[in-house]
Amino acid sequence: MKKQILEFLKTILIFSFGKFKKFTLHFKKTKTMKDMMIVYYSEAKSARLTGKKVAWITSGGPVEPLIAMGIIPIYPENYGAMIGASKMGGGLCEKAEAMGYSSDLCSYARADIACATINGGPLQGLPKPDMLVCCNNICGTVLKWYEVQARYFNVPLFILDTPICHTEYTPEIARYVRSQFDEYFAFLESACKRKFNYDRLNEVLLRSFRTQVLWQEILDTATNKPSPMTAFDAFFHMALIVTLRGTSEVIDYYTALLATMKDRVTRGIGAVPNEKYRLLWDNIPIWHRMKWLSQKFASHNACLVADTYTSAWCGTLKYVSGDNPIYSLAEVYTRIYLNIGVDEMAKMIIAMIDKYDVDGLVLHSNRSCKPYSFGQLDIQRIVEQERGIPCLMIEADMADERSFSESQISTRIDAFMEIIKERKETSKK
Amino acid sequence: MDEITEIINITADPYAYCRKYKEETGKKIVGYTCSYTPEEIIYAAGALPFRLFGTNEGIRLADANLQSYCCSLVRGILEEGLSGRLDFLDGVVFPHTCDSFQRLSDIWRINVIHQFHIDLVLPVKLNTASARQYMIDVLEKFKKDLEHALSVKITDAMLSDTIKTYNQIRALMRKLYAIRAQRLKIISSRDFHNIIKAAMIMDRGLLLKSLSEIIRQMENAESDKIKSGAKRIVLAGSVCSHPDIYDIIENAGGVVVWDDLCTGSRYFDGVLDEKVPPLAAIAQRYLDRPICPAKHAGLTDRGENIVRMVRESKADGVVFLLLKFCDPHAFDYPYIKEMLDKENIPCMLLDMEEQLPAEGQLQTRFETFVQIL
Repeated sequence: MKKQILEFLKTILIFSFGKFKKFTLHFKKTKTMKDMMIVYYSEAKSARLTGKKVAWITSGGPVEPLIAMGIIPIYPENYGAMIGASKMGGGLCEKAEAMGYSSDLCSYARADIACATINGGPLQGLPKPDMLVCCNNICGTVLKWYEVQARYFNVPLFILDTPICHTEYTPEIARYVRSQFDEYFAFLESACKRKFNYDRLNEVLLRSFRTQVLWQEILDTATNKPSPMTAFDAFFHMALIVTLRGTSEVIDYYTALLATMKDRVTRGIGAVPNEKYRLLWDNIPIWHRMKWLSQKFASHNACLVADTYTSAWCGTLKYVSGDNPIYSLAEVYTRIYLNIGVDEMAKMIIAMIDKYDVDGLVLHSNRSCKPYSFGQLDIQRIVEQERGIPCLMIEADMADERSFSESQISTRIDAFMEIIKERKETSKK
Repeated sequence: MDEITEIINITADPYAYCRKYKEETGKKIVGYTCSYTPEEIIYAAGALPFRLFGTNEGIRLADANLQSYCCSLVRGILEEGLSGRLDFLDGVVFPHTCDSFQRLSDIWRINVIHQFHIDLVLPVKLNTASARQYMIDVLEKFKKDLEHALSVKITDAMLSDTIKTYNQIRALMRKLYAIRAQRLKIISSRDFHNIIKAAMIMDRGLLLKSLSEIIRQMENAESDKIKSGAKRIVLAGSVCSHPDIYDIIENAGGVVVWDDLCTGSRYFDGVLDEKVPPLAAIAQRYLDRPICPAKHAGLTDRGENIVRMVRESKADGVVFLLLKFCDPHAFDYPYIKEMLDKENIPCMLLDMEEQLPAEGQLQTRFETFVQIL
């Protein structure tokens, strides 16, 4: 009983703090990521108090219907990144391994599964879900992971099954995914016990697509030389496009960010002080070595100007139909970067190489992400053939810091940068 | 038995069998990667469905396309594709299952170009009405793709005939398992394993004849109905490409009486309804059949199925064969173990790398397990 009262008091405290933060945010001209995240998580953590529902959702999943229904979306993968960045991944993964989960499984999944059973991790754990929404457009792992959590929390699980488009988006796939969106809306109606608000969804979708346009514009500022931002900045600022696209606060945030980047471009300020070489990053960041990697590349005057990861959240804008945004949802969510064939991924990488005018490609071969990593060796070969730029493959894990070999990777980056420098010198002559 | 000798010859060198088969019959051969392949449609098209088992030895080429953390099954299949040893294939079908097989299809398409290549992007969910409809839709598309690739027309009558053949084969396979579960000594584990393997290789018409004869002889045999005292074991996992395991388990005092394997009961479980349209029947079997963990048919579906399997086959315990880097099975293991624990069914986990642990070591592990049963 005493414990429950304490829990309750803690929730009230979190709630009040969040409210206060939100109130003060109104008067702030520039909102920081930290402020926005504090408001977001304190609202989520005090959802029980406000009667709001919490849904856990996969990073590639359609969040807009949740926002339209006033459900607070929570992203275990975003949390996984936080766990990785705070170097808690190793410890949590170890705990999952003690629970019987193989150490070869995705580190986000392992860390999250372990974290759910303890009172710990960043932010003292995630708010408990009322429902789970799993979209398998990013991998098959999320399906298994969400099954584990649905059994653990004993809450309803909705699976949005988006068949992979190896070479085409077929009419069969389109019909199947479209009908599942109707099932998704019905699922949310029954979870919230009220009618689904389609007008609201349309509004949220328009805001979401607008946010994606803004996000693409921000990423595009990196086409300038020097680039006003690095992929490491994008990894930081992406949190909002992942979690809260569709809300007006996020539009404000990215509008301000875009203005900052444009201003830096006008004034010729580069993110890397003496940008000489431009690189492209492939795969999920190595969260536990962000600072180290960013300094490492900067020490070679190299700027990671773009990446295939953060651009995935605006890569399907081309499939949006202005007249009927709800109808576009199926295609927008099915044809995302990871849910296509390796050859098409290679084509997109080549387009990015040209667009951002990069001198080399860095591929993170991520033990935790098979659909992102298998095929990279072919992509590397295709890039080398078609564009003749040097490629470096680093084997690591996005959130499990235990097996990272810093000295070895450091040496390889040095050697890679040497090749790039030589190439650039020769091409100048 | 002549039939068994023939089967052993086929499984000893499946590629030689295929080459000879092609030469003699002029038929096409279509490779496939898992038990979600609608073989019935391939066979109805007049082609031979041939399961790709891959190789565990001498991987040289696949390492240039797949990182170290890919399972040996996918790597082994790619190795065979890249080596040219599968040049007798006219095409390959890749049904969608796990992330690794998903990428194997892409890598194959990019690197092994001399054959036709069909992706069969099945639903992952198998328990909703829209998934059922999509399953039928993709089977229809697969039929068209295959007609195009093989330049044939597949009629409903052809499909119905094939469905009858497959129903008979699968019924006989289940019978083979059942007889063996009753009378263990009636067939050696190695012969048994070879029959299962041959069922995914040889001409299905001939298979049906051989199986009928083998089972007729088994039923008539006087052999020991006496209990052997061996502990009864269910094998669970993806594929078992190490037939030695059956022998090692027997030497340790156990015997495999049933399995939940892709190259086992999942391959022949389920009956095709002969009264509904053929593609609907094929779809329905996939929806009803015990699932691969890369699919979803409920939160505890697989666990319940394994418990039921143990009860029905009167097994004493379960051995999980966990192929290293196989994500879907690794995710399911903890909850299924918990379910088995609750039911007081002992189980053991055997992590499988490309090579098995030394036989002596393995036998000791099985002996220890058998002793607690």
